[in-house]
Amino acid sequence: MTRGNTDQTPGARAENRPTVHLAPPPSPSNPPAGAVRPDTAAVFDLDGLEVYYGAFRAVRGVTMQIFSNQITAFIGPSGCGKTTVLRCFNRMHDVTPGARVAGRLRYRTADLYAPNVSATEVRRRIGMVFQKPNPFPKSVYDNVAFGPRANGVRVKAELDARVEKSLRSAALWDEVKDRLPASALSLSGGQQQRLCIARTIAVDPEVVLMDEPCSALDPVATARIEELMRELKSRFTIVIVTHNMQQAGRVSDRTAFFTTDIDPTFALRTGTLVEYDATNKIFSNPHDERTERYITGRFG
Amino acid sequence: MSAGALPSGIAPPLDLSTKRSARSVKSASMTGLMIASVVVIALPLVAVVAAVFARGLRVALADFPAFFVKEVPIVARRPGPGMGPAILGTFLATGAATAIAVPLGLLGAVYLHEYGGMKRFARVVRFMANVMTGVPSVVMGLFVYLSWTLSFGYSAFGAGLALACLMLPVVLGATEQMLRLVPDHLREASYAVGASKSRTILTVVLPAALPGIVSGSLLAIARAAGETAPLLFAIGAATAYNPNLFSQANTALSIQIFANATSSFVAAQDRAWGAALTLVLLTFVITLTARIVTARFALRR
Amino acid sequence: MIDLGAKRAYADRAFRWMTAGAAGVVLLILWLVAVTMTRRSLPVFRQMGLGFLTDRQWSPPDDIFGALPFIWGTTFTAALAIVIAVPISLGLALFMTQVAPPRLAKPLVSLIDLLAGVPSVVFGLWGVLVLSQHFNLGRSFLTAGVILAIMITPIITSLSREVIDTTPPGDKEGALAMGATRWEMIAATVLPHSKGGLVGAVMLGLGRAMGETIAAALVIGSALGQITFDPFASGNSMPAVIANEWGEAQELHKAALIALAVTLFAITIVVNLTATAIVQRSWRPGRGT
Repeated sequence: MTRGNTDQTPGARAENRPTVHLAPPPSPSNPPAGAVRPDTAAVFDLDGLEVYYGAFRAVRGVTMQIFSNQITAFIGPSGCGKTTVLRCFNRMHDVTPGARVAGRLRYRTADLYAPNVSATEVRRRIGMVFQKPNPFPKSVYDNVAFGPRANGVRVKAELDARVEKSLRSAALWDEVKDRLPASALSLSGGQQQRLCIARTIAVDPEVVLMDEPCSALDPVATARIEELMRELKSRFTIVIVTHNMQQAGRVSDRTAFFTTDIDPTFALRTGTLVEYDATNKIFSNPHDERTERYITGRFG
Repeated sequence: MSAGALPSGIAPPLDLSTKRSARSVKSASMTGLMIASVVVIALPLVAVVAAVFARGLRVALADFPAFFVKEVPIVARRPGPGMGPAILGTFLATGAATAIAVPLGLLGAVYLHEYGGMKRFARVVRFMANVMTGVPSVVMGLFVYLSWTLSFGYSAFGAGLALACLMLPVVLGATEQMLRLVPDHLREASYAVGASKSRTILTVVLPAALPGIVSGSLLAIARAAGETAPLLFAIGAATAYNPNLFSQANTALSIQIFANATSSFVAAQDRAWGAALTLVLLTFVITLTARIVTARFALRR
Repeated sequence: MIDLGAKRAYADRAFRWMTAGAAGVVLLILWLVAVTMTRRSLPVFRQMGLGFLTDRQWSPPDDIFGALPFIWGTTFTAALAIVIAVPISLGLALFMTQVAPPRLAKPLVSLIDLLAGVPSVVFGLWGVLVLSQHFNLGRSFLTAGVILAIMITPIITSLSREVIDTTPPGDKEGALAMGATRWEMIAATVLPHSKGGLVGAVMLGLGRAMGETIAAALVIGSALGQITFDPFASGNSMPAVIANEWGEAQELHKAALIALAVTLFAITIVVNLTATAIVQRSWRPGRGT
């Protein structure tokens, strides 16, 4: 199978939208006045974000904010668009032929899809860990050092330091410190995923995106990664997509529930954001009936 | 249960042996035909290889290592070695061809798979590369004669150009196939840490595809080393050593075999067998290396 | 202020242009080949018109160049080669995939692939010094056909084997489970599934046989003007003529030989494209690879 590859530099254009926007009406992502909002800056600000695959609108009008040094979970049934939205944050849709992002997505003060924005630069600051561990067929050391090398670090001493720091942060150092030159593929599944996390944080991003990072792992490995996420929260902003509700409940500070419904324009199912709030609120007292049905297991 | 005369509770004896019938005879004879075809093709192939080894070894070992080192006798009638200049010429021409065709084929395949995809330019290039694999070698030889030899004279480099034209589509196709086997999630992992596309290709994709690319290139090299027709028009007919790549006629093993095969002098024919042995050994070694590289290192389908 | 502008983007774009250029070299070479060869062959077409392709007489001293005998020779020897090679290759491919036990099949596959690498000039050498002398065949269409058949069998076999291997095991097991004999299973499942690919493989072998210069040049004999169905006659083929007569050719003669090359090129392109089209058509998604 051949892949068509669009060039990495800005391939998706943001629609022309005013940068000043009036106070939006109360909505799931914008709690009514008087509600207490954590006193942290918004890392991501989404306004009417939509994703198209060709002419088909896969995700419809998502408006929300992601806050710093928190773990935000995206949950919902399959096909609801949670991974699709996640991949907008690091411009990953650039490499999918036919994918187009519309609406506005700001990363701090910058518009992620502005014409002069380099996807490479974006991805250095916003990293991603994938569902199936995908270490390079290189040594453990070279895997972690890959990111720093790609971003200009050449001095061996500095590379060594970064590798060690990243592996320690990923709770993997003790297990691999004596076999840094060994092939990454010789590690177990859980170790490989922690290696991928180490690789991601080695370039010192601000945000770490995780796309169902534990779904290919056994429960013990999963528990270790969840513990790791809690430790990493102090240094990074984490957004995680998970199909495991209990995991979202254990680990996240805020949760966004997505689902699919019939898109009036296309008469097809598209993904949409239903409700977004503090995790304990979502799980104990959700606003929307669909959220409640999902949480209690009546569908999805 | 068939209506038989046996009392209930006793089953008739079960006979599961192979029965002869028209169908089983037909199947067996078809199998026999298949085996026959193995034999029919094995005989001449083995005969060719045996003749090359038997006659070639006799010549090459008669005065070892003179055969591989001495120059070609100018007088065809004279017995004795050697094929030294031809071996050098084969290496020069094939080496030049490799140096031209492999980088071009590799980079071209990178474009086709990583950038071009289904765009029109890429599809046209793929189609033309397919056409190019079917070009008879004599056509390439004539082309190089007209465009290079007429202006620059006979040389090993001219031969290298002709061989490169034959090798290029093969290397291109093999490399593209190998690039297809590199899983996309490796590319994604590289992009996700902020590596640019060119860096991803150079440090992740190509290293992963390398064993397959190497073995595909080796096979192309082995074919090029054995080509005769293009060299007829480009390399000339030297008998002395000519280490100069760019000037003066040169010779090669394939040329020598061709020229001496039609000679009526036994001495020349003997040298042809010796050259054939050398060439076949060279081809075998390269092909074997390619297979080993594939078996031990390459990505699986 | 967050700066998301591109740094080092120049190197990235330069790399892309470089690779595109390399891909374009393929087009450049083909175009040059077509243009150069056609231009140089024009003199003979001006002299003979399209009679070049239909005249039977080839007489360089008289400036008469009719290529039909050589077109016939190429076609006839290639046809002979195919007639001999196809049953053998098919039998061999079926043997390797359906009959042979795995321990035997693997070395056999390696052997065939290895033999596919023996250079054609070595086959020609063997043909001229061993085959035509020992078997008293002399130089003839048949000798050339036999040599070509031996040469293209490994290629046709390899390609056929790959196609046959893609027959879904489920189909084969289904046939066997109904009590079919081995041959019935092959006829009912393997052959229908592989039809397209096999035809493609044969046609690729045909293209190879037609373009083969050296082995043919050595054993086909050099009689001119023979258009006959008699396989024991001597004749000539296009590439052989080019190889044999080039050394002493004068201007117009050279143009004629180049024109022969162009004709050969055209014919082999048509054969190869047809082969590819047939293979593509039969390689539907869901079947095979």
